Amino acid sequence: MYTQALNTSDGDDRHIEDAARATQFQARIDADERIEPNDWMPAAYRKTLTRQISQHAHSEIVGMLPEGNWITRAPSLRRKAALLAKVQDECGHGLYLYAAAETLGSSREELVDAMLAGKAKYSSIFNYPTLTWADIGTIGWLVDGAAIMNQIPLCRCSYGPYARAMIRVCKEESFHQRQGFEIMLTLCRGTDEQKAMAQDALNRWWWPVLMMFGPPDQVSQHSDTSTKWKIKRFSNDELRQKFVDATVPQAQFLGLTIPDPDMKQNANGNWEYSAIDWDEFKQVLAGNGPCNRDRLAARRKAHEDGAWVREAAMAYAEKRRQRSALQAAE
Amino acid sequence: MATPNIPLWEVFIRSRNGLAHKHVGSLHATDATLALQAARDIYTRRGEGLSIWVVPSNAITASDPSEKGMMFEPAESKIYRHPTFYDVPDEVGHM
Repeated sequence: MYTQALNTSDGDDRHIEDAARATQFQARIDADERIEPNDWMPAAYRKTLTRQISQHAHSEIVGMLPEGNWITRAPSLRRKAALLAKVQDECGHGLYLYAAAETLGSSREELVDAMLAGKAKYSSIFNYPTLTWADIGTIGWLVDGAAIMNQIPLCRCSYGPYARAMIRVCKEESFHQRQGFEIMLTLCRGTDEQKAMAQDALNRWWWPVLMMFGPPDQVSQHSDTSTKWKIKRFSNDELRQKFVDATVPQAQFLGLTIPDPDMKQNANGNWEYSAIDWDEFKQVLAGNGPCNRDRLAARRKAHEDGAWVREAAMAYAEKRRQRSALQAAE
Repeated sequence: MATPNIPLWEVFIRSRNGLAHKHVGSLHATDATLALQAARDIYTRRGEGLSIWVVPSNAITASDPSEKGMMFEPAESKIYRHPTFYDVPDEVGHM
């Protein structure tokens, strides 16, 4: 999902752990206790969560870019106000998540620098372009819909600060999905040209959205430990299936066709989808998607252009501090 | 060049008259004025609050989780501090 790069392998540092404390820790997890920032935790738990939460935060921040692209071109003041509020929410979500990640011991600045340096990942989905207004509808409906599917179980994640941040995010996210669906509905009830625009957007976003849930369960490398630690409560494929089953009737209501002619409903009522092109997913994660370079360049530019503001605010705070120290001494 | 760290603040919001301020999260700001403004933007976009406190995170003294037992156990063993410890016959009615 927003943390797909977790599915890359890294060294195993569990051997250095104190076995007794690790057992005690696992017992707390098994008893559904929440782990809080100053509690003892295995180094690998800390590392996995820092990576997962910061990737999630980066995704929220980079996710502002494809939608921000349409703020000045929204078709009405109502749509513009809603889109502006949504993009502002994404920024807020990023900030809640950075704050949660920081409780594990890395500073927000370090985390942001890692993203700007290209060392930290964000969700593959934000490397696709928003070519028409219908893309904004599709992002709200499907990208936010997929995100909600993933984030609701995270509200019960074993790490307290992450779970609490996700509760706030989920409360706000449902407006995002509904505003997206409303855009799609308006287009689908509009002229033939508008409906074609909606269908075109669905055609382009469908497969990348299914990829958001991450690699299939057989090859997902971090799932076992994440499940054991109750960071993850459902597998990638389980969440993907839930999402597809929820989305098919919505597409039918809109009168749109999901670009998967072989899709069929099985005896259990689940919609079986065709094979996903995982090579495309790997390419996008590796930095070769349609917009990877643009996204990073835009983030770097914003960071560099904002440097003087940060410096000025720090200098002002320091001046005030010195002045009040001086006054206190008099 | 590494981005310099900006101080961390904890944010407390009182949602309605009569309720206490409640911790909602944290944020970075260079001074108290900016911290309050950022808290307004980050934590009250949907009318969540009537009042905000911001406190420098390093001004908070917290109990040590590893001393949880020593700190809180004494309260757990004193069940006679709870009303349910005492028997009142049903005939007496609500008390």
